[in-house]
Amino acid sequence: MADKRYLDAIHDGLHEEMVRDGRIVVLGEDVGRKGGVFGVTEGLYEAFGEARVLDTPLAEATIVGVALGMSVNGLLPVPEIQFADFIHPAFDQILSEVARLRYRSNNDYECPMTIRVPWGGGVHGALYHSQSIEAFYAHIPGLKIVAPGTPEDAKGLLKAAIRDPDPVIYLEHKKLYRSIRGDVPDGDHVVPIGPAVVRRPGRDLSIFAYGLMLHETLAAAETLSREGVEAEVVDLRTIKPLDAETILASVERTNRALIVHEDNRFAGFGAEIAAMIAEEGFRFLDAPPTRLGGPDVPGVPFSTPLENWFMLDAEKIAAAARSVVAY
Amino acid sequence: MATEIKMPQLGESVHEGTLGRWLKQAGDTVAKYEPLVEVITDKVNVEMPSPYAGVLEQIVVQEGQTVTAGTVIATIRESGAPARAGAQSATAQPAAAPQSSRPQAPQPAPMPSSAPAAPRPAASAQAGAATRGRDSLRLTPLVRRLAEEHGLSPQDLEQIPGTGTDGRITKDDVQRYLASRGGAGGPSATQAAFNPAAAPPGTATERGAASARAAGDEVRPLSALRKTIAERMARSKREIPHAYGVIEVDVTPLVRHRETHKAVWRVREGVNITLTAFIVRAVSRALRDIPVVNSSFTPDGVLCRHAINIGIGVAIPDGLIVPVIKDADQKSVAGLGRDLEALSARARAGKLTLDDVSGGTFTITNPGVFGSVFSMPVINYPQAAILSTDAVVRRPVVLGEGIAIREVMHLGLGFDHRAFDGAVAMQFLNHIKSQLESFSPTGDSPEF
Repeated sequence: MADKRYLDAIHDGLHEEMVRDGRIVVLGEDVGRKGGVFGVTEGLYEAFGEARVLDTPLAEATIVGVALGMSVNGLLPVPEIQFADFIHPAFDQILSEVARLRYRSNNDYECPMTIRVPWGGGVHGALYHSQSIEAFYAHIPGLKIVAPGTPEDAKGLLKAAIRDPDPVIYLEHKKLYRSIRGDVPDGDHVVPIGPAVVRRPGRDLSIFAYGLMLHETLAAAETLSREGVEAEVVDLRTIKPLDAETILASVERTNRALIVHEDNRFAGFGAEIAAMIAEEGFRFLDAPPTRLGGPDVPGVPFSTPLENWFMLDAEKIAAAARSVVAY
Repeated sequence: MATEIKMPQLGESVHEGTLGRWLKQAGDTVAKYEPLVEVITDKVNVEMPSPYAGVLEQIVVQEGQTVTAGTVIATIRESGAPARAGAQSATAQPAAAPQSSRPQAPQPAPMPSSAPAAPRPAASAQAGAATRGRDSLRLTPLVRRLAEEHGLSPQDLEQIPGTGTDGRITKDDVQRYLASRGGAGGPSATQAAFNPAAAPPGTATERGAASARAAGDEVRPLSALRKTIAERMARSKREIPHAYGVIEVDVTPLVRHRETHKAVWRVREGVNITLTAFIVRAVSRALRDIPVVNSSFTPDGVLCRHAINIGIGVAIPDGLIVPVIKDADQKSVAGLGRDLEALSARARAGKLTLDDVSGGTFTITNPGVFGSVFSMPVINYPQAAILSTDAVVRRPVVLGEGIAIREVMHLGLGFDHRAFDGAVAMQFLNHIKSQLESFSPTGDSPEF
């Protein structure tokens, strides 16, 4: 067991997997000589050489398209999209090719690929370096999406993603890179894709979150606890496939559900969770399943007061939780 | 084919009724709308008209039995084309919840049951009805499920104070309520305990320690009417924090005017215009001007009624009944006099219709006729106030610098202190007082 930063956990996971399996190739903008703009891939170029750690042009469709070609030819590509905000040029490759290949070829081809995507706001990154993209991709059948919130999960889910025979979008939150530390089990620690986990048990409401919002939610739960409201905090970890069982079991215990994500609320991923709870857990409910998301503006703003206004924090989450409990 | 006849839901607060006399027997031919059976509910006896034409096939519920609304009480073989009969019955029966198929099929005893009355499906159907009926009783899915699991009736739910937004009943509220009423037994046991009417007389729940009998004591069984009065009075006192205000009114000019002209009125208006008619007139104006008195307290707020429907307590053998004068504020004194006379006559003859006794928004009780000079009436739940009119007494009264013999009465207001306070109560009483004391109609008219 070692205490590690979120960023180091990802780096270590990547390194260990590359040692374990020579088919793994890392590619992306500045992932090689520079070691990545955030330093996640630092040292990989030196350790594994330019054949396995490729600097690419600033062209996301190309990065994913090349990775697709690698995967159908027997490699295990781990493309990096430098910022989630720039993944959209690759949308067509991901939607029309990567996610569909197994289905389209009737299992003749598969596309093992882990697309690493640094995402999220609260880092003063403004409109091109702060967005959440999970809702767009969660809609695509054939994709898996994970969003680890702790160093342990960051490493464990990365390993699971790389070993998965199908494409996985791996969302790593930029603000967590250096702000979160945690114990990471030694050795080959794999966290399976799928299961959510209860980070804090409670009786009065369930709050579902992932990524950075997990930590704001845990802080909110602490505040609420001092007020006598015990919130159960569930870390989804995997966005798709969604762990409906754990979610419903939690709602059955607490009878109230609040879903938190930093992406803007309208048609955000929280809508899927809320709808699932309403459909399958209706009889458990003592309050409407409620979503808390960012405001519907075209991007996370740059100016500090505006960014603070956009981003959810413990205080906003606690306020929403209070009104759900009071319903 | 046999068609089921069900106990009707007679008014929104009426959940059960006792069958009186069957006016038709098995084998009798019955015309549609022909009176079929007497139903004793909620202070009134009504004759239930037959919803179908045909031959009464079987009487399922006997005279004297109390059943919940929706219970099958008889079956009838409909006359006319049998092919249409099914369709007819489907439309004629107003969406009675999923409880169609049990004329008297014995229930496979869900748990040790001590309450043979009130089968569970009927209870849950009621819960649904109440949910639709009252906004504040809109229940979350979980609370609805809890209510069903614990056999809580709509009446039970109404007693639960809601701590959620807008007074909504939350899970915690239900659990507190269940805990407070004790952990005893399953649904049927608790239901019986909280609905004495559903338990046969003489069961454990009805025999308290206080009712130990000494030699010569006699138990007078409760009539349906007595039982209803008992439940309503207890409920009013249990739930409504009563407060009182009493005012003295000099009705000398009114009494003199009435004595002088009442014979003329009887000829001209065809009615003996009583003092009560004048008081109802004055009260209806005061209610119009101070609407909060014409209200009901609800968790959502004080529900001020637009209609002014004044109930009048009428003593009848073994009890009391409250026929209602509808839209009292829109009637003349003579019109009110006629209504009062007609309603009292129907009440004493036992011929009030359900319509006669429903819709009241305020009540006047007149213990004065029995000589009371100072009364503390119990509010007619769920209304917010009740006015008692005491006997008119000739008294020496200080008038200016002298003492005069005047006709004086007390008007007492019992009011729900949650809905409004003493200041409003006294404003209301003074409003009536000033109308009655400044009584000065033109000529021989009763109108003022």
